[in-house]
Amino acid sequence: MGEATVSLLPAAAVLPALAAATLILFSGRRPNLREAWSLGAAVLQSWAVIAMIPAALAGGALELRLVELSPGVSLALRADALGLVFAALSSVLWLLTTLYSIGYVRALDEHAQTRYFFCFAVCVGAAVGVALSANLLTFFLFYELLTVATYPLVVHKETPEAIRAGRVYLGYTLGAGTALLAGVAVTYVAAGTLEFRPGGLFSGDTAAGTIWLVFALLGLGVGVKAAVIPLHAWLPLAMIAPTPVSALLHAVAVVKAGVFGTLRVVGYVLGPDALAASGAWLVLAWIAAATIVLASLAALLQDNLKRLLAFSTVSQLSYIVLGAALATTGSLTGAVQHMVNHGTLKITLFFCAGAIYVATGRERVSELAGLGRRLPVTMGVFAVAALGLAGVPPAAGFLSKWYLIGGAVEAGFWPAVVVYLSSSLLNLAYFVPIVIAAFFRPLRGGDDLEEPSLMMLVPLVLTATAGVLLGLAPDVPVAFLSLAATAAADMLGGR
Amino acid sequence: MSLDLSVLAGEAVYLVAFGLLALGIFALIAHGNLMKKVIGLTIFQTAVILFFVATSAKWQATLPIVPEAGAAGPAAGYMNPLPHALMLTAIVVMVATLGVALALLVRLHRRYGSFEEDDLLDRVE
Amino acid sequence: MIRHHLPALLVVVPLGTGLALPLLATLSSRLAWPATVAAGAITAALAVAGVFQVLAGGPVHYAVGGWPPPWGIELVLDPLSAFVAAVVAAVSTCSLAYAGGLDDPALRGRLGGGPALCLLLLAAMMGIVVTGDLFNLFVFLEVAALATYALIGAGGGRALLASFRYVILGSLGASFYLLGVGLLYALTGTLNMADLAARLPAAEASRLVPVAVGLIVMGLGIKMGVAPLHGWLPDAYTYAPPAVVALLAPVATKVAAYALARILFSVLGVSFVLDASVLGGALAWLGAGSILVGGIMALRQDDLRRLLAYSSVSQMGYIVLGIGLATANSLAGAYLHILNHALMKGCLFFVAGAAAQRLGGTALADLRRMHRLMPVTTACLVVAALSMVGIPPAGGFFSKWYLLLGAVESGHWVFAGVILAGGLLAVVYMFRVLEHVCLEPRAADDHGGGHARVGRKDASPAVLLPLVVLAVGIVAAGIFNASIVNGLLRLAASVGVG
Repeated sequence: MGEATVSLLPAAAVLPALAAATLILFSGRRPNLREAWSLGAAVLQSWAVIAMIPAALAGGALELRLVELSPGVSLALRADALGLVFAALSSVLWLLTTLYSIGYVRALDEHAQTRYFFCFAVCVGAAVGVALSANLLTFFLFYELLTVATYPLVVHKETPEAIRAGRVYLGYTLGAGTALLAGVAVTYVAAGTLEFRPGGLFSGDTAAGTIWLVFALLGLGVGVKAAVIPLHAWLPLAMIAPTPVSALLHAVAVVKAGVFGTLRVVGYVLGPDALAASGAWLVLAWIAAATIVLASLAALLQDNLKRLLAFSTVSQLSYIVLGAALATTGSLTGAVQHMVNHGTLKITLFFCAGAIYVATGRERVSELAGLGRRLPVTMGVFAVAALGLAGVPPAAGFLSKWYLIGGAVEAGFWPAVVVYLSSSLLNLAYFVPIVIAAFFRPLRGGDDLEEPSLMMLVPLVLTATAGVLLGLAPDVPVAFLSLAATAAADMLGGR
Repeated sequence: MSLDLSVLAGEAVYLVAFGLLALGIFALIAHGNLMKKVIGLTIFQTAVILFFVATSAKWQATLPIVPEAGAAGPAAGYMNPLPHALMLTAIVVMVATLGVALALLVRLHRRYGSFEEDDLLDRVE
Repeated sequence: MIRHHLPALLVVVPLGTGLALPLLATLSSRLAWPATVAAGAITAALAVAGVFQVLAGGPVHYAVGGWPPPWGIELVLDPLSAFVAAVVAAVSTCSLAYAGGLDDPALRGRLGGGPALCLLLLAAMMGIVVTGDLFNLFVFLEVAALATYALIGAGGGRALLASFRYVILGSLGASFYLLGVGLLYALTGTLNMADLAARLPAAEASRLVPVAVGLIVMGLGIKMGVAPLHGWLPDAYTYAPPAVVALLAPVATKVAAYALARILFSVLGVSFVLDASVLGGALAWLGAGSILVGGIMALRQDDLRRLLAYSSVSQMGYIVLGIGLATANSLAGAYLHILNHALMKGCLFFVAGAAAQRLGGTALADLRRMHRLMPVTTACLVVAALSMVGIPPAGGFFSKWYLLLGAVESGHWVFAGVILAGGLLAVVYMFRVLEHVCLEPRAADDHGGGHARVGRKDASPAVLLPLVVLAVGIVAAGIFNASIVNGLLRLAASVGVG
């Protein structure tokens, strides 16, 4: 681990969103000013995050300790390579999602827009906080904040169905939070510290029972947000939220907080060694492998487009969890990379789904036939992103899968190789028919349909472009691949 | 100053005190009539006072009054005055409590015309 | 001068003002509440000064009337009593300001009786906190109770019945306490806490000590409203005038919890609590049971105030559990929870009172659309609710964190589970409230943009100010909890250890 430098930049990454949230509350009557706060904060936050990357690549980390939260444990932020990947992903995509959101909520004349933008800002602030947390208690703080701030967005529609989904969401996530808290307490008592340390906090002579207990509690805590089967049921239900919420939060911020948490726990709390020695990695690997296959099969059966995307997310998230469980250089690099690649491509798909809904009011897969002719840009972008996610070059999906499969070979865990490959085939099986129907089947009704407003089109084209660029040149303009490699080396550095 | 506690077991007054305690609690639980509950409470409180005062008793001791300064005999020759003083305070407190309880009952009776808990629960909206 | 008399002034200021209030009210009845709030604020300032004085110069002892202890009554400010005194006085000042702002008709007597009783209650609570004498504690308990009976009864109707029930149970509790103290007196011949602590080891062999302690715990348990001794609490909190509940709910039960901790640790000593494993274990189970019973009962309530009352039963359980575990962390958690629960329960009952006044009731169904009608009040409700649930950085999280650490490090996995389960129960009952307050069910294709604006009718500034102060306090107590714990509560928790 490189030495840490004290800096205000980590705070500059977390605070803009939280400050913007406050300002948004008081600007409810002036929508343009209100949205300006969001955009301004997103720009500031992205700048702060990107400005921290060189230091992390050099092997150091910028650090900031605020107040002591509990004797010996501070509210502390630390920008290491792993954290910056997640922070940069969330920040940049927040900027685009804000643009998209404005188009979306204004086109539909949504109610409670102030609450919507307020919660959105808090969520992003919390996600970056999760990314930059320097210890488990700070992590828990932002993790819970993220849970709570997402709830109003899930129930946004306030239909009985949405309220039910909200209850399920809270039940799962706060239940997981409870397990996480128990895990944090046990870690604190057993290890005497909560500071994240590459290679883990537990010395070699820690009792196997303690390792398993911490693994179970923390795993449950982060596993729910990572939507590992059987803890995934909240995610498809949460798709009742407005589409920009599904796009940023349920494809990027919230679920990535879960897989990011898994990586943190594996690399910096339990440590790859303890995980391997106790055999816990095998449990994690098989659960992840099962999730990948089962969720892909479930996606095949969905007719609602957003639910299909949700199951696809469940499956793709476990790519990362599996990569974390195998804990080789390749699999960890691929896992960190896949956070970025999946995030970018999945948000593109959700943007497309939302654009289709706003432009046509359609949300079922069976209703998309022929739309490619009326909405060529939206459906074209959809095709690129969907195929990219399945692993078809040039979009980025194939690159992280390459590393992941390489890592699985490196670990000698052949079932993972089989799972990765078969899942790619399943991805094709549920995405290709949609694309073919959209472009080659006749349109049923709605000859007057048009592309949605530019406010929505521009972000989705931009994210798709980013998705392709990440495949072709993964270190430009943000050095994601280098960061991923640094993070992987960091996590294995304890060896 | 501390007492020989073997006295406790042998002294009838303590049995009386605890008998009154039990009686008071029984009245509190068994009666649905609020006035009778107040009576039970008073019996209970009196039993506590009796107990407390009884702890000051000593065999062959006199009133703790010293006629002139410096003429006091050995402490064993005087009853312990402190519990009496304390219980005076406690009695004042309990009288005040009793007063409040009765005042509440009067207001309840004026408004709802009953002391029975069941009736009252029915009549209070 | 003032520094010397600080412990006495904490009682004298509210008591004197309370007694003078009827006189003042004959001059102008409008002066009653401002004078009350001023007295509360002065008491709070003195109590905070007391904290700093204790930190700088160690405990302050004051012999009432110049009679030295153990013969005379002693008042003591040590880290624990100074902390609780500051919490009680500060939160009560907010409550008094709120009560004045609410201008409850039930307390609008011509002679200032309502505010005078409130000050009497405050004086008695301060007395309970600073006294170093077991019998004096009984007297102050009863003074506080008498003021409470009258204040609850001021609600009329069902409040009369609730008050009567409290008279019976409260007097019973006080009598149990007195009986226990009487036994201790019979065993040791003293009532001064410090003196008793010194003499008790000689008498500890006696089988009557556990009986005495059991009676005291039962007596104070009734005052605390711990399940299964909570029978008086839900009705009292539901039917008393809102201004009164705002004063009672945050602090009155905490003061009894403080008295319990004081007697257990200052008089009997931690080793007694832990070695007499029946006692520590029984207390911890009592607390754990209370957490679960209160939480489960809260789930079934359809009235906000009743729900909050049962939630208080649950939250008091945390304090008792922490005292029963008697580790450094669990005690720090229990004491911190005195502060946090006072802040958040105060905040929640303030909200309930304001809602009762503006929306005509506190049944959950009455609270629909509250987020649009009363946005500031709702914001405070959300902060306090999240603190109840235990979302950091709100204060409620941190007291549970210390309690959890205490349970885990002493290997009490069941209690660790109960602490966490209590949090989950709070999630269910508090989010049920938030659902009613913040969401308005609508049809699936209704995006709600065309909804008519509703006119705001948020509470008056005089009500909102104390409410917002408490809401800010909740977050501040969370963020700066480590200073409180390191600076003060570690010292408080070390009482009776050596």
